[in-house]
Amino acid sequence: MVAISQDNKYYPWLPFVTLLRKEILRFWRVSTQTLLTPIVTASLYLFIFGATLGERLNVLEGFSYAQFVIPGLIIMGVINNTFANTSSSLFMSRYLGGIVDLLVTPVSPPQFIMAYTLAAMLRGLLVGTVVWLISTLFAVLPWESPLLAILMAILASFLFAQFGLIAAIYAHNFDTLSMYSNFLILPLVYLGGVFYPISILPDPWGTFSYLNPLFYLIDGFRHAIIGVGDTSYLLAFGVSSGIAATLFVWAAWLIGKGYRLRA
Amino acid sequence: MNALDIENLHKSFDGVAAVKGVSFAIKKGEIFGLLGPNGAGKSTTINMIAGVVRLGTGSITAFGYDNQRDYRHTRRMLGVVHQEVVIDNFFTVDQALQLHAGYYGVKDDPAWRQLLIERLGLKPHLNKVMLKLSGGLKRRFMIAKALIHRPQLLLLDEPTAGVDVELRHGLWEFVREINQQGTTILLTTHYLEEAEVMCDRIAIMNHGELIALEETQKLIRRLSRRQLRVWLEQPLQEVPAILEQYLPQLKEDGNVLLLNLPAGEGAGKILTLLAESGLRVRDVETDQSGLEEVFIHLTGMKGGDGGNQSRQ
Repeated sequence: MVAISQDNKYYPWLPFVTLLRKEILRFWRVSTQTLLTPIVTASLYLFIFGATLGERLNVLEGFSYAQFVIPGLIIMGVINNTFANTSSSLFMSRYLGGIVDLLVTPVSPPQFIMAYTLAAMLRGLLVGTVVWLISTLFAVLPWESPLLAILMAILASFLFAQFGLIAAIYAHNFDTLSMYSNFLILPLVYLGGVFYPISILPDPWGTFSYLNPLFYLIDGFRHAIIGVGDTSYLLAFGVSSGIAATLFVWAAWLIGKGYRLRA
Repeated sequence: MNALDIENLHKSFDGVAAVKGVSFAIKKGEIFGLLGPNGAGKSTTINMIAGVVRLGTGSITAFGYDNQRDYRHTRRMLGVVHQEVVIDNFFTVDQALQLHAGYYGVKDDPAWRQLLIERLGLKPHLNKVMLKLSGGLKRRFMIAKALIHRPQLLLLDEPTAGVDVELRHGLWEFVREINQQGTTILLTTHYLEEAEVMCDRIAIMNHGELIALEETQKLIRRLSRRQLRVWLEQPLQEVPAILEQYLPQLKEDGNVLLLNLPAGEGAGKILTLLAESGLRVRDVETDQSGLEEVFIHLTGMKGGDGGNQSRQ
């Protein structure tokens, strides 16, 4: 005979903690794809720009090219992996139907967003940290304002976690999802000053670059590390925080409403 | 207080009405069957109760709590076995069950988890991911998952679709035990003979509307056709006109006479008419049609129309 115990106490934070744990386990289980691959890619960039080409390049007075490019590669790792985590996890859940398992539970929209966001941030920041550790083989960074740099990395990861959630909700299939990373994030990152300071660009390209929202994330992070930037900390933080807040409100609205999640 | 109260439920998809003003209540401890042909609106109704589909208009109350305003409360009380098999290949059966308890805000109870695993025959498959499970095992896993937080109302949307006979019987037996322990059950199934045996009350939906709601046996008695089979001492060539009202049919070279009994009428009057006609009766037998015939009668479906009407 089935015995149903009456001890069924509800712990309000448990749904959030469980979803966060599940999201972390999800990327950890496939760490070759989610952690190792981006680290190997970033290491190749480091080798090319730090040890080979970098020896012959000088884009910023007083700094080696490796010192210039490493902060950009770190933040690029953070951005790409945070986006990849929320976008692929939520889209796969939608695509394979597993999302209904969550929709029937008491997991609230804020818990849903924060669990997906924090797991993605953890993955992005882990990749960023490992890229930085590997980069110490090629150059020593001055770390002018380490706290500001960490804050900028956290802001970047938060922003792209929200963007990943939004992309996963709007994407119709894997093709449209990959378009976000290949045709939006990649060009904006590459043209946002990862590999060169935008101050060396002739007009109108230099001016246009100020319209690239990723420029502020990349420049703000680098500025905090090497102490030199194309824009002020205030502007970099202000613009990045504004975008992050906008995306958060957008993602919260979509998830709260159940847009494309609940029929 | 009822386990579930549904009031004037409506839902449309892209302007097409899927559920049109459905209202019903399920009493605590009941096994309630929601039947209907494909596309009748059963799954949409269940999904609105579960929270997978947004409510159109109307209200859904579970154990006195509104499922929109108090959704965290109502969802904790509900367990859902979805019609579609839901797969998450990142986790094994055992891990997925533990995670699922957590989503409901309930701490993992190893004894309860173990009980479900054993009762549903999942023990040899605990360390397998979903992809490695057979269709029947996936169904069993979904039932375990729906029960892991000890819900008070279990929603079973076609839980035995594609499951072999033995397993189906085992699952229904288990559902009955859960019910006897106090869990209210709302089920949809394509196996009408199972619904007939399992359900205390049955609601039938068609084209998004509720067209019947009654205690199972009352519904069958009220709407089903009873047939009287009469074995005659001597073969009959022509049926007496006095019996025409019973739509007679002669079988077995005139040795057997089939007569349809109107709902609510016993066989006594016919037997009198047979005697008055001078027919000598060797034996009689009555056949009561079941839920399947009632279903076909109500929904206007014919066998093979692809709805619930066919025994599979």
